[in-house]
Amino acid sequence: MSTEPSAERGPWSLALRRFLRNRLAVAFLGLFVLIVLFVLAAPLWADNVAHTGPNEEHTVEQITVDGEKKDVVTPEGKPIGPQWFGADGKFFLGADGRLGRDEMVRLMYGGRTSLQIGITAALIATILAVVLALLAGYFRGWVDGLIARTLDTIWSLPVFLIGLALGIALAVGGLKIGPLELSSGSIWNPILVISIFTVPYIARPIRGQVLALSEKEFVEAAVAQGAGPVRVMFSEILPNLASTIIVFFTLMIANSMLFEAGLSFLGAGVQPPNSSWGTMITVGVELLNIQPLLAILPGLMIMLTVLALNIVGDALRDALDPRGKARMDAALEFEAQGGIATGQQGATA
Amino acid sequence: MSPAPLLSVSDLRVGFATEEGVVQAVDGISFDLRPGEVVAIVGESGSGKSVTAQTIIGLTRANNARIEGSVKLEGEDLLSASDSDLRRLRGDRIGMIFQDPMTSFNPVYRIGDQIVEAIRAHRETSKSEGKRRVVELFEAVGIPNAERRVDDYPHEFSGGMRQRAMIAMALALEPEVLIADEPTTALDVTIQAQILGLLEQLNRERNLATILITHDLGVVAEVADRVLVMYAGKVVEEGTLDEIFYDPQHPYTWGLLGSLTRIDRPRPHRLPQIAGSPPSLLDLPDGCPFRPRCPHEFSKCPQYPGLEARLPEAADHRDRCWLTPEEKKAKRLVEGQIGLEPPPEVRQA
Amino acid sequence: MTRFIVRRLVAMIGVLFAVSVIVFVVFMVLPKQNPAQTLAGKNATPGLVKNIEEEWGFDDSLPVQYATMMKKVFTGELTSYKPRLPVDDRIIEGIPATLSLAVGAAVIWLFFGLLLGYLSAIRAGGWLDRILTGVSIAGISIPVFLLAPVLLYFLSYKLEIFPNAQYVPFSEDPYEWARHLILPWFTLALLSIGFYSRVLRSNMLDVMNEDYVRTARAKGLSERKVMTRHVLRNSLIPVITLFGLDFGATIAGTAIITEAIFSIDGVGYYAAEAVKKFELPPIMGVALYGAFFVVLLNALVDIAYAYLDPRVRLGESASE
Repeated sequence: MSTEPSAERGPWSLALRRFLRNRLAVAFLGLFVLIVLFVLAAPLWADNVAHTGPNEEHTVEQITVDGEKKDVVTPEGKPIGPQWFGADGKFFLGADGRLGRDEMVRLMYGGRTSLQIGITAALIATILAVVLALLAGYFRGWVDGLIARTLDTIWSLPVFLIGLALGIALAVGGLKIGPLELSSGSIWNPILVISIFTVPYIARPIRGQVLALSEKEFVEAAVAQGAGPVRVMFSEILPNLASTIIVFFTLMIANSMLFEAGLSFLGAGVQPPNSSWGTMITVGVELLNIQPLLAILPGLMIMLTVLALNIVGDALRDALDPRGKARMDAALEFEAQGGIATGQQGATA
Repeated sequence: MSPAPLLSVSDLRVGFATEEGVVQAVDGISFDLRPGEVVAIVGESGSGKSVTAQTIIGLTRANNARIEGSVKLEGEDLLSASDSDLRRLRGDRIGMIFQDPMTSFNPVYRIGDQIVEAIRAHRETSKSEGKRRVVELFEAVGIPNAERRVDDYPHEFSGGMRQRAMIAMALALEPEVLIADEPTTALDVTIQAQILGLLEQLNRERNLATILITHDLGVVAEVADRVLVMYAGKVVEEGTLDEIFYDPQHPYTWGLLGSLTRIDRPRPHRLPQIAGSPPSLLDLPDGCPFRPRCPHEFSKCPQYPGLEARLPEAADHRDRCWLTPEEKKAKRLVEGQIGLEPPPEVRQA
Repeated sequence: MTRFIVRRLVAMIGVLFAVSVIVFVVFMVLPKQNPAQTLAGKNATPGLVKNIEEEWGFDDSLPVQYATMMKKVFTGELTSYKPRLPVDDRIIEGIPATLSLAVGAAVIWLFFGLLLGYLSAIRAGGWLDRILTGVSIAGISIPVFLLAPVLLYFLSYKLEIFPNAQYVPFSEDPYEWARHLILPWFTLALLSIGFYSRVLRSNMLDVMNEDYVRTARAKGLSERKVMTRHVLRNSLIPVITLFGLDFGATIAGTAIITEAIFSIDGVGYYAAEAVKKFELPPIMGVALYGAFFVVLLNALVDIAYAYLDPRVRLGESASE
């Protein structure tokens, strides 16, 4: 019989162990890392292997494949297919459409944009949402009323449509509110649009949690010790939200990427000369019967990234949650709204 | 001399297979319930009392449950009964009420409808006839305005009323046995007294054999005929109400009695409590399970004590403690009252 | 109950007002450039911009501008500029197609989603559950812009089982109407099937652990009755509200991408075309139309929820 109480294992390391036990999640985390590395390697590939940039056109050129000379784009407009290493890595995945750009290079650069936008938008949305939720849940009263009502209004809109509208408006005209100015082609436009509409999705459940937490005794104790609201919110309540925030952030990256792809596909997101996986699909769909890969490849990349993030996010939630019925209250509400990020709120159907 | 037992539990064992091993929730409990008798099973959470109660009517049947022993209702073995046989006697021959009346009723149906549902599951009755019966039952359990209340939803009842409604539902088919699983735990102290009074009245008027599960010995004093004290899945003492209250033989029982606040005695210096916490069922010490929390532990304790009658004049008063009856008499008094001091170092198993 | 309904409808009007203000702000106030320029779109002639300026009165104060915009919307004067066509006519023309798409897909996704979710829940942990969960997760993770092109390519171009979409009105030829819609229905439905089955499964598992289910069993109800009258009944409530919201969103034209890829001439398609041409008025129109439907369905869903869950209806007036 043990006489010493076992050393307290911190909740974070416990969660980590639980996560690592989930082999599926670890595998997909690895996949996500691979994808990130893939897109980060874009300049390396472009300079050293493909010797071309994502926007360089090679319409009337020819390349040497196993000694033979082939058109990059035939006179009929058919682009060359995947060469793999046949042409020393050039046109590894073929050429994209009539402009003859290197699909592999474009896939990598496009991925960079997609991931950049997805992660940044999710980050901004999460930070904003947490601040709003803290303010609303802690101060209650009219502050809460104002914030909650605003969030609800945004929430009840056809988010994708309005996002589309905002996206185009910005794409055509740029942005000017006071000191903040964005040009019409900036990738901050889609980031802004996506962030705004993602905030309510995160803020509502977290606000619920803050409301519940602010009634707990340790908060009363802190206030009794003279802690001001800022200290209570950030030192006492915030740490308890940490697990929820982490899970949401992960899932929102997936959500944002889907939203961005939807916007860009229709033309209201990323603008030329930038490209993302979403814009690549637009081109691909037009040429679907000539070269289906052009639509399928970027779509596949989006799917793999979103899938990986969903599985990891799900696993994080399981790992950070104490077992049994003691689930995060907010997570329950989140579950009722569907749980996994599908971009449904961005309604990219 | 005494009538044949209605319900006969013999060496009941219930274990659950979990990831970390088999949790033996109930480790050999035996008792008889005679018609009109009230048997109380007392213990902290995790002691196995609720599992015992629920196993009697087969609610713990699951893939990972290992149930052994025998439970006989008038000779009919319940453990090996088919699901449909079990279903037939639930509510009809054995009624059960649970701890939390708020969550034990379905929130979306009216209470009257839920009781009628119980009746119609076993009898050919029209809905209106059923409703009339419910009104009778409500009056019998002391719910005022019965006619109107029948159409109310669960959340429109107060806690005490809800528990009365639960009792009404359990009695609807006039069962021979009532199992009450912590019926007063979720209620205010004053309401507790009322509900206990009701249970005692029903037991008297209808000769209703009752199994009362609770963690509060004070509750038991009103109603019980016999008491079983459980700890870590095992019965550590059993006897008549008087024997347990006036001549308790097990240190755990002393602790339970000591932690009751009594108005007929002077107030003790420290808040009475049993030091330490219930053990994890996966990590039980050798021998007596109470050892880590017992200040009277001595050399014989690592040997597992059997449940035996150690007092020659009380053949049905059994306990699991190696101390001699004389030692028990002496050690159980703390400052002139029955109680339990914390052990030298509070150890956790 | 009626008081609740009235309250909800009044709130609805409030939200619609807020929506119109947001649309106004998004289009007229936020962009850096002259709103007339925004409305005229890219590559607009200065003459066109001047015309728009006069028509919309951008010299007036903001509230007046807003009033002008709303007046245009309600009197059907909202038009696109290249070519000059009334927006509301086009939207109304597009409704049958969008409705056909939405209803068909909804029937499919509700049926299969609930079926799979139910099976998963009652055999939770078993092999069937694992397979169905895998299918569900796959279904949720395949974005529409992967699924649609793939289906289109393999089933339409290569195997030529289904036509290359385009919408055929039901009144013209019911068989062709269905045949043209099967792929889009399936595309839209697949995403939601996975989603709904997960939601139902999750709800059912939660409910199955609830105390009142234990009570139901203790009363001696048959397993079937326990499952249907208690477990399903309570699990379906959030699903129904979710469905209302999703369906509303689909009618509102948020199936834009599906309509665009399959060339279904509905409201969403109209919006997609407008986006391509950077035409704002149609998008304004669709946004307002969409918002209206979403808000309406939201209100209906809230009312339905109140009907299904008495705790909401009676305003939690519990004496606890």
